[in-house]
Amino acid sequence: MNSIATLHIGERGIISEESLDIIPLKLLEMGCLPGTEVELLQLAPFKDPMYICVNGSHLAIRKETACQIVITKI
Amino acid sequence: MNKRIKVALIGNPNTGKTSLFNQLTGLSQKVGNYPGVTVDKKEGVCKLPNNKSAIITDLPGTYSINPTSIDESIVLKTLLNSKKDEQPDVIVIVADVENLKRNLLLFSQIQDLEIPMILAINMADQLRRKGISIDIESLETELQTKVVLISARNNEGIANLKEEITHYKALKKYSNFKEISNKIDAEYFNELSKKNANFSSYELWMMLTKKDTSMLSEYEKNKFQVFEEDDSKQKKYQHKETIYRYQKINSILKKTYKIDASKGTGLRSNLDKVFTHKIFGYVIFFGLLLLIFQSVFDWASTPMDLIDGLFVDIAEFTKANLPKGMFTDLLTEGIIPGIGGVIIFIPQIAILFFFIAVLEETGYMSRVVFLMDKIMRRFGMSGKSVIPLISGTACSIPAIMATRTISSWKERLITILVVPFTTCSARLPVYAILIALIIPDTKIFGLLSLQGFTLLGLYVLGFGAAIIGAYILHKTLKIKNTSFFVMEMPNYKLPSAKNVFLDVLEKTKAFVFGAGKIILSISIVLWFLASNGPSSFENAEKNVIENIVNQQLPKAELSQKIASAKLENSYIGIAGKAIEPVVKPLGYDWKIGIGLIASFAAREVFIGTLATIYSVENDDEDISTIKEKMASEINLETGEKRFNFATGMSLLLFYAFAMQCMATLAIVKRETKSWKWPIAQLVGMGALAYLSAFIAYQILR
Repeated sequence: MNSIATLHIGERGIISEESLDIIPLKLLEMGCLPGTEVELLQLAPFKDPMYICVNGSHLAIRKETACQIVITKI
Repeated sequence: MNKRIKVALIGNPNTGKTSLFNQLTGLSQKVGNYPGVTVDKKEGVCKLPNNKSAIITDLPGTYSINPTSIDESIVLKTLLNSKKDEQPDVIVIVADVENLKRNLLLFSQIQDLEIPMILAINMADQLRRKGISIDIESLETELQTKVVLISARNNEGIANLKEEITHYKALKKYSNFKEISNKIDAEYFNELSKKNANFSSYELWMMLTKKDTSMLSEYEKNKFQVFEEDDSKQKKYQHKETIYRYQKINSILKKTYKIDASKGTGLRSNLDKVFTHKIFGYVIFFGLLLLIFQSVFDWASTPMDLIDGLFVDIAEFTKANLPKGMFTDLLTEGIIPGIGGVIIFIPQIAILFFFIAVLEETGYMSRVVFLMDKIMRRFGMSGKSVIPLISGTACSIPAIMATRTISSWKERLITILVVPFTTCSARLPVYAILIALIIPDTKIFGLLSLQGFTLLGLYVLGFGAAIIGAYILHKTLKIKNTSFFVMEMPNYKLPSAKNVFLDVLEKTKAFVFGAGKIILSISIVLWFLASNGPSSFENAEKNVIENIVNQQLPKAELSQKIASAKLENSYIGIAGKAIEPVVKPLGYDWKIGIGLIASFAAREVFIGTLATIYSVENDDEDISTIKEKMASEINLETGEKRFNFATGMSLLLFYAFAMQCMATLAIVKRETKSWKWPIAQLVGMGALAYLSAFIAYQILR
């Protein structure tokens, strides 16, 4: 199963429905909704945190959170 | 006079909310305290058309009213928990034209609380450049609210917004929670709303999810319990609530908002490639840090010298022109040096906060947080701890307040506990004078001055202590770490001069009035304790004259001896003598001991205290600089200079580590809501200071 943490810089994916209950409420509110596209823009050293663009929001999230968000790569 | 309209500004971070606040209130703003909630609030008066006026409150930026940090919880508390008469008359939701979707989520949550509101869409000047078009009229109908397009930076649309605020009574209240809750679980929310008639079902739902039923009576709380039990259900419903809100927003935006994707944001991604680069990112960051510190010292030294000289002049002038007496002494030896001791820091604090404000305004600080997060986490902190640690080099007080954005309690606590190790500007006068006394003014490698190098070393020592301290706390503190880190990376912006100016002004004011009160009052108390004493003090002059009656002493030397005896027998002299055994192993005499005790209130008091002690002692017209006085002090036991290398190093280390700032302790108490942490800080840092000073003196002497 792919998660945001498996993306390489420049790669994109769609957040899948099954992660709805796992995604923290905060991230949902920031626009990380199932069905939306997410792109990995940059990685900090040690690949953590991750700088993503999702639903128009540019966010930095830690890898442990990124692991929880299931996606299908496109 | 008309009643002032109460307006609250709410919005996501980075939407230009503060710009709007600055535009509306200008110089009338002040920082106050929320009653019951110990957090600062910014307020200002805004003039409206028709001779009306409004009180504008600027609330911290938040993405939703479900808080994850202290900063965010204030918004909900103001909306929900405040007494009804403190509730705002009207709320202005500030949204950014580029992230309208996410901003509308907050809008839709607050709308359901049924308070009159206006939606102000900011950065309208960017519309064309970003290829965005908005149908304001149909957006107003769809959202059932008043929409105003503004550009806070260019002062566009502000008059329009003021006009709407004036007519706030005409704004309608509207809630779409019924629609949403019906989709989630109609029966559940129906049951919930039946429990209390005074609150809407959304308000009750808020109380339930926040586990805050303090507004309900005991009887009502009991009725509520059935609902409180099912945590996972609430969570699930909250998730659904958010999804449904977004669905509605999406369908509204589809009709009213168009963005031309071809007008991309190439600049942003190019800048990001440089600023968040694995190597260049750090090079740029450390380069900037160097530049900042260099400027803080270079630019500040001239105004600081001027201020220093000015206050000596004022004291001299006062002494020469006012009649001799208690009051004049208090003025020239207590009050004037006391005020001077605060004013002198203004240049450094202002310059440092200027840089921090500029870096924050441009959006660069978020990139630093991003780069530093993983590294800081090894030490139990967060990337967001970097800003407090940098601010700490000006003053710990605003630095500790800046930790409020850190959502993990453990990371925040550790940051609060170690920030006072960073070399704040109050240490500078102590460092500067001691370095000048014990380190020769020579150049190494023909370039770097040895004195400057020592100062740099002390800064490194401060940061090192903070980092190591954090690591130890990280490994020892048994706090469950619910670390959650999400940070928006804002767009790059040119800083606005007005925002930067007001920010620097506010923080400098906070320092002057916060720390200033303490420093000034200590100066006065010290002066009193040094100029009064028990009966032995009264007799000191007589005793000296009787004892040396046969010697032919010059007049100056005689008055010097009298003043010395007086000081030794003053209250402060007695206190100093009492602690001498404790500080002697560190290489200090009772006079330095007094300085040490006094500076537990605030470090810079040390120099002032020695100035007071030595000038009370030299009771004549001689106003030489404190440095000259210290350089000429002799250790009576060894015949050597009092401030020799060993004593000087011992003092430097003591001041580097000891927690000598009452104002900081008070802030830590306020932010951690207990005396436990400030006391732990005081004891822990004090022990480290004593031990390192002891070792340094014993080795070097």
